[in-house]
Amino acid sequence: MVMRLVKGNTAVVIGALYAGCDCYFGYPITPASEILQEASNYFPQAGRRFVQAESEVAAINMVYGAAATGRRVLTASSGPGISLKQEGVSYLAGAELPAVIVDIVRAGPGLGNIGPEQGDYNQVVKGGGHGNYRCMVLAPNSVQEMCDLTRRAFDLAFKYRNPVYVLADGVLGQMYEPLRFPADSVVPEIDTSWAVSGTAATRRNLISSIMLDFDQMEAFNIRLQEKYARIERDEQDWEGYRLEDAELVLVSYGISSRISHSAVDAARAKGIRAGLLRPLTLFPFPKKKLRELAEDPRRRFLSVEMSNGQMIDDIRLAIDCSREVELAHRMGGNLIILDEINRKIEEMAGKK
Amino acid sequence: MTKEKIIGRPQGLYPEFPRKGGAAPTATHYCPGCGHGIVHKLIGEALEQLGIQDRAITISPVGCTVFAYYYFDTGNLQSAHGRAQAVGTGISRSQDDAIVLSYQGDGDLASIGLAETLHAANRGEKIAVFFVNNTVYGMTGGQMAPTTLVGEKTSTSPTGRDPLETGFPIHMCELISTLRAPVFVERVSVSDISHIRKAKKAIFKALEIQRDKKGYAFVEILSPCPTNLRMSPVENAEFVNEQMEREFPLGNFRDRSAEAEAIVRRESDYAKANLDRLFHLEDGRKVPETGEPFHGKVQIKIAGFGGQGVLSLGLIIARGGVAAGRQVSWYPSYGPEQRGGTSNCAVILSDEAIGSPIVYRSDILVAFNRPSLDKFVKDVREGGLILYDGTIGDYDFPAGVRAVAVPAQRVAQEAGSAKALNTVMLGVLLAHGGLCLSALSIDGGLAESFEEKPKLLELNRRILELGRTWGRENL
Repeated sequence: MVMRLVKGNTAVVIGALYAGCDCYFGYPITPASEILQEASNYFPQAGRRFVQAESEVAAINMVYGAAATGRRVLTASSGPGISLKQEGVSYLAGAELPAVIVDIVRAGPGLGNIGPEQGDYNQVVKGGGHGNYRCMVLAPNSVQEMCDLTRRAFDLAFKYRNPVYVLADGVLGQMYEPLRFPADSVVPEIDTSWAVSGTAATRRNLISSIMLDFDQMEAFNIRLQEKYARIERDEQDWEGYRLEDAELVLVSYGISSRISHSAVDAARAKGIRAGLLRPLTLFPFPKKKLRELAEDPRRRFLSVEMSNGQMIDDIRLAIDCSREVELAHRMGGNLIILDEINRKIEEMAGKK
Repeated sequence: MTKEKIIGRPQGLYPEFPRKGGAAPTATHYCPGCGHGIVHKLIGEALEQLGIQDRAITISPVGCTVFAYYYFDTGNLQSAHGRAQAVGTGISRSQDDAIVLSYQGDGDLASIGLAETLHAANRGEKIAVFFVNNTVYGMTGGQMAPTTLVGEKTSTSPTGRDPLETGFPIHMCELISTLRAPVFVERVSVSDISHIRKAKKAIFKALEIQRDKKGYAFVEILSPCPTNLRMSPVENAEFVNEQMEREFPLGNFRDRSAEAEAIVRRESDYAKANLDRLFHLEDGRKVPETGEPFHGKVQIKIAGFGGQGVLSLGLIIARGGVAAGRQVSWYPSYGPEQRGGTSNCAVILSDEAIGSPIVYRSDILVAFNRPSLDKFVKDVREGGLILYDGTIGDYDFPAGVRAVAVPAQRVAQEAGSAKALNTVMLGVLLAHGGLCLSALSIDGGLAESFEEKPKLLELNRRILELGRTWGRENL
C-alpha cells in the first residue's frame, strides 16, 4: 500500500487517470484551478489529452464532443463556472452521454467569494439546466474519497450513460491528506453500439437530443424517468455512524459531515443519543434509509449544511415530513464549526 | 419524384433520408432555392472522392442545418447553438483519426458561437468548417445576422440594418486570417454554376487537409435564402453576386496546405505501472512508515509572509505525520491571500479520524512575522507553544503560553540558505518534542518534500540539525 500526502484537487486527477479518463477540458477558477493545473501536467504525460478551453461553455461542449466518441472525459469547475456549464450538461443528459463533472463549491450567489460553501446543492442535485433530467451526484468527504469517488463516477456514468457530478467544496479541494493510491488501473473500451468515433463500426450512429415529434419526445422523457427511477432504486449510498439507538439523526455530506461526526461524539459524551447519516449519493438521495429511520417516532433530524437549507427539503420529502427536521448551517464561505452544531444538538435535546 | 430521376447523388449522402420521415424520402427539408442543398452535395462528393466517410463525423449545428444528419453518410452528432467547434475540438482531441466537419450558419458561427469559432481556429484544431453565409437567420424566421448587409431589411431590422445601432457586417474569413494557426481560409459562393465549380474545389481542399490531419480549414460560402430574403431565386442569385460579393469579396485568404505537417497526437497509456511511475510510487521511494505509538491530537498553525516557507513547513510536518502512521490534515489559506501578504496553514496530527481540518485552538503556533502573531496568538491554547522569528522583536504575549524567539533567519543565513528559516523552526520543534514525531519521521517528511531536489535535501538536513541543536540549548 502506497500512501502519499495529496491535495484534494490533485486526488481528483489521480482518480481520473487510474479510471482510464482520456480527456480533460477545463477553465481556471478558484478554488478548483489545481484540478486544471494538475491535469495539464499529468494528462499529457500519460498520453491523455488536455485542453484549457476559452470558456466554461466551450469546456463542457468539448466534453460533449469527446464523450460522444465513447471516451472517458472529465471537467471541473466551481459555482459560477458550473452555472455556465449547465447548458452543456442538459445536452449531455439529453443525448445520454457519460461524463464526469467535478464541482469544488465556493460561496455565492453571484461572484460571491472563494471560501468553501455547499450552496450548489440545488443547481447540481436538482438538474440545473433546462429539461426533465437528473445527474447522479457523489459527495466525497476526504481526499481519499476525492480520488475514489471520481473513479466510481466514471463507472456510474457509463453504466447509466448519464453525466455524474462529484460535488465537493473549497476545503476538500484545497486540503492535503494521506491518499492510498488505486490498486489497479482501468483500460476502457469504446462501446460501438452508440458512440460516434470516426470508425466504420460507428458510422451509422447518431448522437442527438432533438426530437421534433411531441410524442416521441415525451416517450424519450418517460424512458429517462425510468432510468432515474432505476438509479434511485439501485444506487442510494450512505454511511451511518452511531445510528442504531440514535434519537437525533444528523444528516450531513461533504466537509460538513466530518464536523458533524465530531459533534455526534461530543453529544454522546454528554449522554445525548445522536447519530450521523452521511449521504454518499445526493442523487439518488438515501431516502430508503431515512424512511427506515423515521419509522421510530422518537427520532428527530438535523440537517447540517453550508447552504441555506437546500438539503433539508430532501430530508423532509424523504420522510414525508413525518418527523421534526431542523437546520444547522453557515453560509458565505464560513465553515460550520463544532460548537455551533453542539449548541443546536443541545437545544433540540432540551426541547423533548 | 422517384430515385431514378436523380442524377449523380454522391455516395457521401444517404440515398434516401429516412431520419427525416415524411412521404418524400429523397427530398430535403430545405426551402426551394436554398443554397444548403448545393453545399451538401459538394461535401458529399468530396467525401466520396476522398474515401473518408468511415473516419468522418459531421456536426449538425442549431439553425437550418440542425438536420444535417439526415443527409451525410458519416458518423453524426448534433450540438448546442454556436458550440459546434468546441464539440469538434472534443471529438478531434479524443479520436485522433477522426475527420471533423462543422457545418454552420451565420448566426451559429459568427454570433452566439464567435468565441468558439475564433478559439478553435486559433488552436488550429483539425476541423473542416463550412460556414454558410446568407446574411440572415433562417430557422428562427429571418432575423438580422452578424453578416446582414447595411440597409438590408430583416424581421429584426425592419427599416434596414442601421450601423449606428447594430454595427457593420462581420467578415469571418478576414478575422480568421489574422490568426496564425489556420491552414486554409477561403470565401466562395454557390450563387450559380461558375461559382459552384470554385466552391467545389475549396470544399474538397478543406476535407483533403482533414484527411491528411493538417489542421484547421475554413470555407465561407455565400449562399441564397430566397424565403427569408423575400426574393425569387433569380433575384437572390443577383443579390449574392452583386451586393454580398461587394461586402464579402471572394477569394483565398490562406493556403498553407502544401507546407503544413500532419498533427499526430499520442495514444492514451493506461498501464498502471506507468501511472505509478508518474506519481513516484515505485518501491524504494516510499515514505518509511515508522508506526510510532501515539495517543491524542496535535494542532499546529503556521503563518508568515509568502516566500517564508509557511505552506511547505506545514507540508513537511504533515508528511512526517503520514510517515509516523498518523491521521493527518493540512489546510491552507488560499486564493488571493496566498499570493500577497500573509499566508497560513493548519496541520492536524491525530490518532483518530480528523473532523474539521481547520485549527481553531492551536497547540503550536509558528509565526514568521508580526501580523501573524497579531492574528493568531489569541488562538493558542493555555500551555501552548509559540515559536516566532527573532527579527520580529519585542511582543506582548498573553499569560499562560510559552513564546520563544528563534533566530531562524540568522541560523538559516549562516548555513547558506536564507530561504530555509522554516527548516530551522522545524529543527527547534523537533528538539521541543511537541509534534510527537520522531526524527526519523520528520526526516521522512523532509525527504519526500525534496525528493526531486537531492542537493536541497542535504542542505535542509544540515539546517534541521542546526535548528535542533539551537533548540536543545535554548528551550
